[in-house]
Amino acid sequence: MSATTTLRQSWIIMLRDLKHWQREPWTPLFGIAFTIMLVLVFGYLFGGSIVLPGGGDYLDYLMPGMFALAMMFGLEGTMTAIANDSKRGVTQRFRSLPISSVAVPLGRAGADLANSTVELLVLVGGGLVIGWRAGGSWSESLLAVALLLWLRFALLWVGILLGLVLRGEGGVMAVQVLVWPLGFLSNVFVSPEDMPAWLGTVAQWNPVSATAAACRDLFGNPTGITTGPLAEHATTVALVWPLVIAAVFVPLSARAYRRLSG
Amino acid sequence: MTQAPSLPAPATGPALHARGLRKHYGGTAALDGFDLTVERGTVHALLGPNGAGKSTAVNTLATLTRVEEGEARVAGLDVRSQHAQVRSAIGLVGQAAALDEVLHGRENLVMFARLHGLSTPAARDRAAGLLEALDLTEAADRKVSTYSGGMRRRLDIAVALLTRPAVLFLDEPTTGLDPRGRADVWEAVRRAVALGTTVLLTTQYLDEADQLADRITVMDAGRVVAEGSPAELKSRLGGDRVLVGLPDAVDAAVVRDAVAAVTHSEVHVDRDAGGLVVEAGTAGGTHALVAVVRALDASGVTPTHVHLREPTLDEVFLHLTDRTATPEESHS
Ligand SMILES: Nc1ncnc2c1ncn2[C@@H]1O[C@H](COP(=O)(O)OP(=O)(O)OP(=O)(O)O)[C@@H](O)[C@H]1O
Ligand SMILES: [Mg+2]
Repeated sequence: MSATTTLRQSWIIMLRDLKHWQREPWTPLFGIAFTIMLVLVFGYLFGGSIVLPGGGDYLDYLMPGMFALAMMFGLEGTMTAIANDSKRGVTQRFRSLPISSVAVPLGRAGADLANSTVELLVLVGGGLVIGWRAGGSWSESLLAVALLLWLRFALLWVGILLGLVLRGEGGVMAVQVLVWPLGFLSNVFVSPEDMPAWLGTVAQWNPVSATAAACRDLFGNPTGITTGPLAEHATTVALVWPLVIAAVFVPLSARAYRRLSG
Repeated sequence: MTQAPSLPAPATGPALHARGLRKHYGGTAALDGFDLTVERGTVHALLGPNGAGKSTAVNTLATLTRVEEGEARVAGLDVRSQHAQVRSAIGLVGQAAALDEVLHGRENLVMFARLHGLSTPAARDRAAGLLEALDLTEAADRKVSTYSGGMRRRLDIAVALLTRPAVLFLDEPTTGLDPRGRADVWEAVRRAVALGTTVLLTTQYLDEADQLADRITVMDAGRVVAEGSPAELKSRLGGDRVLVGLPDAVDAAVVRDAVAAVTHSEVHVDRDAGGLVVEAGTAGGTHALVAVVRALDASGVTPTHVHLREPTLDEVFLHLTDRTATPEESHS
């Protein structure tokens, strides 16, 4: 199957996935509403009492973290969509068609990236409304957005794999719960330097932390970081982490899709 | 809309031809020396009870399941060595609808047509033609989730026809549908045949095979137990069954003789809560029914009800597989 044929097929699947969002917009809308609620809770309820290492305004610190967290939570949506689809007859038909075995997952990836781009725009707009300011240049800000989508792209393959493997309700629920501590165990809300040492180390190495730190840098926001690997090389780590994740999970997802039976 | 077979297949020879197919699942033989020949442009029904091996036969011919032994050709192509060619020559509609519920009917067709490699305008054309042919134009721009069971099945058939397959496989196309839905699907099958496709369908209902099929293969335990046109099979069963209900007071022997004299078959008399029930086989259809009523009338007996029905699938099997006879089984 040539690359252009595969891309064309993925494009057709992507349009189909987008049409699903358009016809049943509640899931993505709820996702955005939920992230906005988190911003309000942390920014206003807890924000006043948090002092950052290295100083700076908490809301300016929080927003880039929220962007990264939203990218991570997106994998839930990917997983649920894939799990629901694979239980339905339409997957049976897709599998019987003479199309590339990565066309369906790749189409999903395209649709979810499009969806996340809109979500990011809404969040950025919302952040600006409540007083978040990006001090970086335009090109730096665009690079930050690209890094966020890059994280989303890598993690969505984790979502595809999980959706294919854990098709039952129980498995999907488990991931929806587990994604929380994983998201919180990062620098999104609190600087790892304010955590107990071992916890701080784990949080520092969370892929979400790398992307959040890089975005804070690029947006010209306080990073809450005074030492450690992310102090100097946040952008590099934010590029490499998703690359590693994608390198592992893209082939695994493609294989799981090919093996899908029933 | 004109439909030409998409195949470079030979223009002669049967559409389907299978000899001695075998397939085991663990200890059970799903196919145990299965033979089948289906002529081009016909509807062929595979009739059998649960577990007879109907789906296995279809899946084997559609190359979804590997055969262990035997040979099969679909549109002249070998199912063992020409997988890809066979797949592009056939359409398959399984037991569950394989459609996108959120998309409209037309959108489903256009999407699948494009995934088959058609350009968007060509896909739109093809979709419109099939919607028209399968009488779905009115519902074309509605979500599939709003469709009735029969409409879904018809759309499923339309999707299977997108590639202009030489052979269309339908696995229990009407199971779970109401009578209206069944009639719609039957009409769709007839239209598919009119478009030039050969149809192999599986069913558990004798009347369905009777209505639709040019020929019927009755199978059980992975083997063919009988083959023939609907009329041939039914006559082997001694045709329809006449049922007559009578008041309790009537003399059973008188009734038995009167009915036997006109049906020329063995007559069963049962006693139930309402009175006597007399049952006999007949090849004469409604004529026999009238004759029975006349004969009873002549003997001074007035029936409480009379009824003509087709043999049930159970009776077909009891007859054809020569299983232990039950009171139902009366030979002509
Ligand atoms: N994948 C499988 N694994 C194990 N056994 C199977 C499998 N598929 C079919 N069988 C067995 O093979 C036999 C034939 O099954 P098949 O599904 O072909 O019957 P069928 O005539 O289609 O029945 P139904 O009317 O219930 O659809 C049955 O005994 C069934 O249990
Ligand atoms: Mg079956």
